Amino acid sequence: MIEMLITAVKFLLITIFSSALGLLFMGIARKIIARIQKRYGPPFYQPYLDVIKLFGKNAITHGFIFDFGSIMALGGVIATLFFIPIGGWYLYSMSGTVILVIYLLAIASLGMAMGTVGSGNPQASLGISRALTQMLGYELPFLVILFGLIYRYQTSSIVGLMEAQAGGFMNWNLFTYPIATIIAFIVLLGMMGKKPFDAMIAPSEIGSGPVVESGGKYLGMMMLQKSITIIIELALYVNLFLGGAENILVFTLKMLIVWILATMIGSLFPRFRIEDGVLFYWKWPLMIAIVQVLFIIF
Amino acid sequence: MKDKFERGKWKEFLDWAQNRSLSMLHYCTGCGAIELPPTMTSRYDMSRFGIGPAATPRQADLLLVTGYLSTKTLRRLIYTYEQMQEPKFVVGFGSCTINGGMYWDSYNTIKQLDKYLPVEMYIAGCMPRPEAILDGLLKLKDKIETGEAKGYEEYKENIEFYHKNQEEALGEVQRTQ
Repeated sequence: MIEMLITAVKFLLITIFSSALGLLFMGIARKIIARIQKRYGPPFYQPYLDVIKLFGKNAITHGFIFDFGSIMALGGVIATLFFIPIGGWYLYSMSGTVILVIYLLAIASLGMAMGTVGSGNPQASLGISRALTQMLGYELPFLVILFGLIYRYQTSSIVGLMEAQAGGFMNWNLFTYPIATIIAFIVLLGMMGKKPFDAMIAPSEIGSGPVVESGGKYLGMMMLQKSITIIIELALYVNLFLGGAENILVFTLKMLIVWILATMIGSLFPRFRIEDGVLFYWKWPLMIAIVQVLFIIF
Repeated sequence: MKDKFERGKWKEFLDWAQNRSLSMLHYCTGCGAIELPPTMTSRYDMSRFGIGPAATPRQADLLLVTGYLSTKTLRRLIYTYEQMQEPKFVVGFGSCTINGGMYWDSYNTIKQLDKYLPVEMYIAGCMPRPEAILDGLLKLKDKIETGEAKGYEEYKENIEFYHKNQEEALGEVQRTQ
């Protein structure tokens, strides 16, 4: 009983920490984009104010399915946090967590899809169909690389893959398999919806995609979902390719470096059309990933 | 008698956050729309003050009516306003929304916006420059923080007045609420 309580408290702390950190990262990204465009930009704590304001606003519901979808989207990402080691913190570790995390991330997208069906807005369903199509694109090269790493280290838990890179930074996958790291970075851009691959949220064409009908509290929930998703994806990348970290501060620093890099690259590019984006993923990253995996195996 | 602007501590806190984070929906009619890109981009950069663009009416707090309104666009403006979530604010740009401006004798534009929607404030000029827009929005932020910006509640209180005026100008109006 006491153990369960401790687990629950830990889980709550991790959820609060990662949503706060995600919002901070979003603020930093806005500041960086502003500086690249020669603007002063909003203060770095702007997303916190946005979330407070959004939860203070009235909200209109579009029926039960809409509510359920929004909660499923938020719950899906919070459930994923169970299995991601953040610094030294993790709740559960078993074999197969890498594949489990990929499955659980899809649940969030499916929840969003349900919400858009509930709202009945054509632009929202267009946005979510683009997001799911893009997922089809980037998961293929990512899984190819992932299976290569699993074969190489003979373990499929994230903690196991992290510990396999222990002992000096020359053991990180960044240095042992640099090509795989670069491809995973391109995949990360698509996962986080950064600029060349942000056809699903395209604010000027389809009115911000999946969240087009969510106002007030629903939009606040979507913002929290987005912030936790950012942390999950960055943590997964840092664990798999940058050797993870025992210390939460070092881990946060590594995540921040990857995030700043992704933001800078994202603010330089225009966006792919969805079919071009998927074709790109299936052409270059997939081809190079297969070559890399062949090198790992033989 | 209760003061009109009296608020609880929680509402004061929410107003404080609302003051620092405004998503605006620019309803681009007339010539005012062209003044907004310079206000948003590097030269004047309104995001310093926490004001940013919103993609849809559902996500917006601030409705900018940028110029004259023909009776045809007024109908869409009313639908847009009723889709927005409270608290919501309307700002009128230029003399066209105050008294008709250079369209004072036109047969198919409306002359006075605040007969149809509750306007928090007007930014005068034909058209107002980005400096004037920023100044106006900063004054609106002050009004929000002190709790004086209550247009959406006035709209609910005087709903018959607004509906009567809207129907006089447009004939039948579809009601969502």
